[in-house]
Amino acid sequence: MKRLLTRQNMIITAALLVVYIIVQVLLSTGIISAFYETNLILGGIGIIMAVSLNLITGFAGQFTLGHAGFMAIGAYFSAVMTVKWGMPFILSLLGGACLAAVMGFLIGLPTLRLKGDYLAIATLGMGEVIRVVLLNTKYVGGAAGLFGIPRITNWTWIFVCSVVTVLCIRNLLWSSYGRACISVREDEVAAEIMGVDITHYKVLAFVVGAFFAGLGGALYSHYYYFIQPGGFGFMKSIEYLVMVVLGGMGSITGSVMAAIVLTVINVFLQQYSAIRMILYALLLIIIMIFRPEGLMGSKEFSTAMFRRFERRDDRGSAGGQ
Amino acid sequence: MEQFYVFLQQMVNGISLGSIYALIALGYTMVYGIIKLINFAHGDIYMVGAFVGYFAINYLHVGFFGSLFIAMAACVLLGILIERIAYKPLRNATRIAALITAIGVSFLLEYTTVFALGAQSRAFPEVLGNIRFGFFGNKVFITNKELLIYGVTLALMVLLQFIVKKTKTGKAMRAVAFDRDAAMLMGVNIDNTISATFALGSALAGAAGVLVGIYYSAISPLMGMNPGLKAFVAAVLGGIGSIPGAALGGVLMGVIETMVIAYGQSTFRDAVAFAILIIILIIKPSGIFGSNAREKV
Repeated sequence: MKRLLTRQNMIITAALLVVYIIVQVLLSTGIISAFYETNLILGGIGIIMAVSLNLITGFAGQFTLGHAGFMAIGAYFSAVMTVKWGMPFILSLLGGACLAAVMGFLIGLPTLRLKGDYLAIATLGMGEVIRVVLLNTKYVGGAAGLFGIPRITNWTWIFVCSVVTVLCIRNLLWSSYGRACISVREDEVAAEIMGVDITHYKVLAFVVGAFFAGLGGALYSHYYYFIQPGGFGFMKSIEYLVMVVLGGMGSITGSVMAAIVLTVINVFLQQYSAIRMILYALLLIIIMIFRPEGLMGSKEFSTAMFRRFERRDDRGSAGGQ
Repeated sequence: MEQFYVFLQQMVNGISLGSIYALIALGYTMVYGIIKLINFAHGDIYMVGAFVGYFAINYLHVGFFGSLFIAMAACVLLGILIERIAYKPLRNATRIAALITAIGVSFLLEYTTVFALGAQSRAFPEVLGNIRFGFFGNKVFITNKELLIYGVTLALMVLLQFIVKKTKTGKAMRAVAFDRDAAMLMGVNIDNTISATFALGSALAGAAGVLVGIYYSAISPLMGMNPGLKAFVAAVLGGIGSIPGAALGGVLMGVIETMVIAYGQSTFRDAVAFAILIIILIIKPSGIFGSNAREKV
């Protein structure tokens, strides 16, 4: 208990609460319009998706292009649970996330033997297969999509879920499990020689990532009233991959920032809808050429950073005297 | 017997589609072989090729072979330009950064075309007419377009094989693909060799674009996405980095897809292609023609 009540944790908790309350007040007074609220929700889902993908791709080093497939499973299963089985929302959320995790296990076990681009292309194929299977399942509406999902997702749900996601993945990574995952990324052979069961940790990262992607999907479907298989294609996976790479592979705070930055850019570009995608593409190319390691690299944004600045200032002033 | 004719007819259709996949897959496999980049923009170069062919026929009135040549030339320029501007600065960055750049280039080509020409699909001009040759007592048909696709694909593949195996540039390409640093020490100009690879691959994609316009007579700015993905799958199927592998993988992919449409459900066509890919990857990850590279520690 004492270890939890450090100065840093208290600052972060207080900051989060302040952000939550400010946005909640702005929402209830109507200062944030429906358009911005949608983007707020999308940004939150982006954080969940990007951080969970970063666990797989950035930390465990397993390059996957099928993250939207897990999102689709979460979205569809949770929607089926609420609409067809009449379950409460919280159960649907967990159900969608758990099914995505189970699928992550079933898919991960055979495919994670593959390396690099082969894994990428296999997961791409997996995502497409999931999409086509949904497209051909009459029970969930086929190509027309699944209708009549109640809108339950709101700022509170999004906020709580993204904080829980970031916290869980951060704590996983700061544990011995996380260090094992990172060792797999750094050098598989060396990790194996040191006694790390690489398959175990790869699958672990994949399953946890899939779980949170499923959670993101469940939140998504309960915001939009209806979902279509086409919404979870290859482009969706790319959207989140871009967030991870832009934020920096192996930086959780980087992913969070990139999710927010890209959502804001998206809002800004809405005004120029004709050339929106052209500007987005140019931005991607330019950022990658000038900062290929992403905004944060593998560093984390933390209060310790500020402390370092403080110390540097102290030293600077001390030298001056 | 009737069944057999249907099968044969589907085979004819499948090989036509497969030839187009094969042409695109060759570009993927060559670029991947030399700089280990999944060039996602490749499918869009094929789209640009189709549009250049369209404008060449409509406004320059050049006929089929003229438009094929102009489209290939335009795609060579585009390919080299993309490589020099977008990929060259990232040659020493992580591969995923290069991949994201490739996706960016892909978006740029797609949506610039949408912006300039509109998103609707256009009818490709009819320049060849429609002649059908019947076989087995008019049970199986081959059209003149299909014959043309087979002919052009085969000719381009032979040409490519010649360039890669017999010319100095080809030798340089193989050397760079095998070991870039060693090739550089032996005096191979790396930049020019990589540009030449992009030029060759893009030329083939441009040709595929015109052929697809002729065959399906409809082109649109977003037409490159799906065939691009499938051609990449075809390249992996054949063993990425291997030229005969890409050719065979492309044809196989086209045949499988056509058979699924003919005998199964057409809505499952993409899923089956990818499912086969996953199975092949799990059984033999290096593909049909790929060599099993042993990992050195």
